[in-house]
Amino acid sequence: MGRFHVHVDDTSHVHEHDLDHDRHGHKDNTTDVGDHSGYTETGQTRVTILENLLSENDLVADDNGRRLAVSGVCAVNLMSSPGAGKTTLLRKTLEKLGASVRIGVLEGDIATSLDADKLEGAGATAISVVNTSAGFGGECHLDAVMVRSGLERLPLPELDLLIIENVGNLVCPADFRVGEHARAMVFAVTEGEEKPLKYPVMFRAVDVVVVNKVDLLPHLDFDLDAFLSNVTAVNPKAQVIMASARTGEGVDEWCAWLAAQGPPTATLSEV
Amino acid sequence: MHDLSICNAIASTAAKHAEGRPVTQVTVQIGHLRQVVPDALQFSWEVVSSTTDLKDAELVIEQVPAVVECLDCGSRTTLDLPILSCVACEGFNVKLLSGEELLVVSIDLVDA
Repeated sequence: MGRFHVHVDDTSHVHEHDLDHDRHGHKDNTTDVGDHSGYTETGQTRVTILENLLSENDLVADDNGRRLAVSGVCAVNLMSSPGAGKTTLLRKTLEKLGASVRIGVLEGDIATSLDADKLEGAGATAISVVNTSAGFGGECHLDAVMVRSGLERLPLPELDLLIIENVGNLVCPADFRVGEHARAMVFAVTEGEEKPLKYPVMFRAVDVVVVNKVDLLPHLDFDLDAFLSNVTAVNPKAQVIMASARTGEGVDEWCAWLAAQGPPTATLSEV
Repeated sequence: MHDLSICNAIASTAAKHAEGRPVTQVTVQIGHLRQVVPDALQFSWEVVSSTTDLKDAELVIEQVPAVVECLDCGSRTTLDLPILSCVACEGFNVKLLSGEELLVVSIDLVDA
């Protein structure tokens, strides 16, 4: 199979085989590890790394996951596009479950604590805000290091469940594990039925999709059957919950899903 | 933003292994299922690397096709769309063989 290449000068091409590499200055024989005889004239050495470029993030994520498990806390990474209804669903969740389950919330936001303010008094045991910005702009996702700093400010032994509200974004959060034991996404029917095919990484990354704002369906051209088959196409294992955080529909089913997640499994508890 | 985050991760991985030695090339493998656009990654690399010791390093991106193997009929399918299904029997009972790579393959160092 040929290899697709992009050069800094914006030209790109596919190699049919590896023998023509030197013609355009690539030394791309990653298969002959340890043989540097071809490089003596160029004065260069190729060092094979083969390291997942998110491995540093994943190491911290594993550590976060262990810390949570040791305290008996199940962590759920809640993701969505901006405005899908994560915070409203979270508030309903706290109102419903807060009395029986000790819930911590880790709020990730590019800036402000507006989402955390909306959760005031709803029944959370503890709330920790992580702003991803340093001044203007900010990271579009939570990474494991940010979540680690958020965990420092939470009384983990006093919690049963931690809900990590990620930054609203359908692309980046899916790539960055933060130490969660399960992943959920909120999808609003106003977003359109084709979204699973446009954002497959996110839809593939989650265990459950909460289809929110279903009370708006009579006013929309949203094709629910097409959406559901698109979800199945990219993630056959995903559970789907129809809900409206506004009317309360489906919130019980969502809370039941949450309650069924914890505590973390024994393998995660093994330090 | 996505590409900048990934480039930062590439740069820190490369820098860790370079241990201060000059790097002329960083080769990465990116799976098709990762929603990474090579042109955008290349542009981000120029931005990210320009402020570091890696400013003279070329980024070579090897794209890895998404390939699934059908657990029912055994066929292998290279995907054009992110739909994990078997072309031969149209089933969804498939195993992903490649396409999720986010790998720093190698770095080229100038000999001392």
